[in-house]
Amino acid sequence: MTIEIKTATLQPIRNTFANIERRFGDKLASRYQEATYDLQGEVNFHYRPLWQPQHELNDKSRTQIKMADWYDLKDPRQFYYGTYVQQRAKHQEATETNYSFFDKRGLAEHLPEEVKSHLITYLIPLRHVEHTANLNNMYGCAFGYGTAITQALLYNAMDRLGNAQYLSRIGLLLDGNSSESLATAKQEWIKNPAWQDMRALCEEMTTVEDWFEVFIAQDLVVDTLIFNIFYEQLDEKLAAMGGRDVALLTEFMHVWSKDSSRWLDSVLKTVASESEDNRALLESWVKQWRQKTLEALKPIAAAMLDNSDALDVADAQLETRLNKIGITR
Amino acid sequence: MVAKKLNLKEKYRALTRDLDWDYDYADRKKAFPYEEFEGIKITDWSKWEDPFRLTMDSYWKYQAEKEKKLYAIFDAFSQNNGHLNVTDARYVNAIKLFLTGVSPLEYQAFQGYAHVGRQFGGAGARVACQMQSIDELRHVQTQIHAMSHYNKFFDGFQDWTHMHDRVWYLSVPKSFFDDARSAGPFEFLVAISFSFEYVLTNLLFVPFMSGAAHNGDMATCTFGFSAQSDEARHMTLGLEIIKFLLEQHEDNVPIVQKWIDKWFWRGTRLLALVGMMMDYMLPNKVMSWKEAWEVYFEDAGGALFKDLARYGIRMPKFVETTAKEKEHISHQAWWIFYTHGHAAGFHTWIPSAEEMDWLSEKYPDTFDKYYRPRWELAKEMEDRGERFYTNGLPQLCTTCQIPMGFTEMDNPTQISYRSSDFEGEKYHFCSDGCKHIFDEEPEKYVQSWLPVHQIYQGNCGGADVETVLREYYKMNLGEDNMDFKGSPDEKRWNEWKGKGVA
Repeated sequence: MTIEIKTATLQPIRNTFANIERRFGDKLASRYQEATYDLQGEVNFHYRPLWQPQHELNDKSRTQIKMADWYDLKDPRQFYYGTYVQQRAKHQEATETNYSFFDKRGLAEHLPEEVKSHLITYLIPLRHVEHTANLNNMYGCAFGYGTAITQALLYNAMDRLGNAQYLSRIGLLLDGNSSESLATAKQEWIKNPAWQDMRALCEEMTTVEDWFEVFIAQDLVVDTLIFNIFYEQLDEKLAAMGGRDVALLTEFMHVWSKDSSRWLDSVLKTVASESEDNRALLESWVKQWRQKTLEALKPIAAAMLDNSDALDVADAQLETRLNKIGITR
Repeated sequence: MVAKKLNLKEKYRALTRDLDWDYDYADRKKAFPYEEFEGIKITDWSKWEDPFRLTMDSYWKYQAEKEKKLYAIFDAFSQNNGHLNVTDARYVNAIKLFLTGVSPLEYQAFQGYAHVGRQFGGAGARVACQMQSIDELRHVQTQIHAMSHYNKFFDGFQDWTHMHDRVWYLSVPKSFFDDARSAGPFEFLVAISFSFEYVLTNLLFVPFMSGAAHNGDMATCTFGFSAQSDEARHMTLGLEIIKFLLEQHEDNVPIVQKWIDKWFWRGTRLLALVGMMMDYMLPNKVMSWKEAWEVYFEDAGGALFKDLARYGIRMPKFVETTAKEKEHISHQAWWIFYTHGHAAGFHTWIPSAEEMDWLSEKYPDTFDKYYRPRWELAKEMEDRGERFYTNGLPQLCTTCQIPMGFTEMDNPTQISYRSSDFEGEKYHFCSDGCKHIFDEEPEKYVQSWLPVHQIYQGNCGGADVETVLREYYKMNLGEDNMDFKGSPDEKRWNEWKGKGVA
């Protein structure tokens, strides 16, 4: 049997805020809805930005993408701040256990030298790519329109800082907290010819003006290709080289990528199905950045992986994703 | 060879600013284009001292723990009809003002810090700003969730975001933050991180939260406690930015001084709303506005500016005016709202006899002399059934956008008028401080979206005030506005209390 505690019931005079009621009808709203819809100022801005007088402070025209309602870009994860940090705290806890285990068992010492050098030359420099991703997602957060997308971009930006920090900690585990491996990895990033095209691509992305183009270049194209090449293909190679334990340290990126892809695919599907203009624009951006990124990854993939069709494998994954989203037809 | 282990400070650097690198392929100025136009000289970003050291893993962990506790209390609050525990229903109007006037500023802070968190060339400063950005998003969202329950039982909360973009008195806070965000990245930080968060936060955030604590508002007060550790981080960023700018180059000193002058005055004008909230809207008072100003600005701020003197920074301009204003400003502001109570999205009222005695005690030199007679007259009129509402729309100050109801501080019976001519037009101001701000940047302030001008120009959807309120502001007339006496809020409150809900 169930027990029922009697509470005083007072009749509320409304179910939710008026803007939420106008959108979804007169009924109880979720916390995600109340903390997302219509938060951003829309009209009657007082002053043009000194730094961009051609735009209003909040301005839809900072991208060529057009949406009748930017709040259509809702997050299927329903992340507002509270749900976001609680979800990441869970991932963080599991990751912390993995890192402590790795440290406690001295697993770094048991890694073959070749695996260690692979990590320093190929994996740890990715923290600079994550840093670029942090900048690019902040860019969309600052210049994007509507809380639905801008809050998600902020969460993504902070995730990327987190990824960069986890990658850095792999270095610190290898070098016993001296940061020598980070310094070496940075030299690889700055000087190793195999990395230079990728570094140039990262630098270029931070100079692109249209925030949605930056978003496509980074979160769709670069991230999809990088994930496959580094966290799947390199991961397999490291395992074959006796470095299976490294997977403990990159598990976070797998969990994160799955979580973030769910959001990204849903948002882009909405944008692509909004209009043929949007879809064609996305397609043209993808085409341009796909080619550039494949070119940029060519030397590093060739140096790092043994199979010559590594990039084709990654590109096929991107192709599948583009079809699923509905960008390519 | 055993390499030296990193200390905490070095480790944090390795995990943040060391992620960045010097560009060799793209033009870094194109990636960070807004760093120079304000005239600020940064010679070495590596001198930036991280104001706090919090990596993302710890951030997620600590913040998630805070959120878990906070939302447990929100749930308990609404399950138990926590709104019944506030001192009286008049109190709720203070948090209507908060949700419509302050929460949207938290949102703008989220946007502003996201912008500078992308645009600063120094990665240390960027990361600190990004973390403030996400904290500010937390604040606006938790405030919405704290007020969500009140919205179900009281009028005036329901269209807070629509109202913030349009309503006349809300252009005071809106223009304040629009001003900061439309400025360059360094001015934004001096405006918000230093002048606002560091110097004045105890006069905005704290009075509302203490007001909540003193008036039985568990939801708002718990939010306030939960945000305290975030605010502490934000204050350290405010102090760091000012020291960093002043230490980078001596040419920065006069620019920073100009910004401090401007934002101090802009801040004091915004705080007039807080002053009237503390003195008139809280049934249980925390302290008087005058006392708050003395403790938090004159004492604490005085010590701060003494510290900054070694950099060549002096007290903000017009600080001597504020020493006189603290005696008057809250009374004059509440009078403006009382007389325009038909056009406000919250209720106004005449202070009770006990409240007037409290005001006399707290303002021995001014309340009985200048303000008590006014309230007594208002009371007489109300008793005759002629509750006073003014018919006209007020002239607004072009800078702070508050109706021109403030007086000369040496002669509180004379309204203060200042004006400037610019490109053949005349612009009006409430004070020397606001006129000075305009005169420094007239091209900026001529753009001000002044609500009264806009109504008269026909841009607010109607020819008469009632239509503007109903259609453009989306106020529920007769519910959201007018005197507390006779309001549906009051009626419901009496019913709830009369039923003696346990």
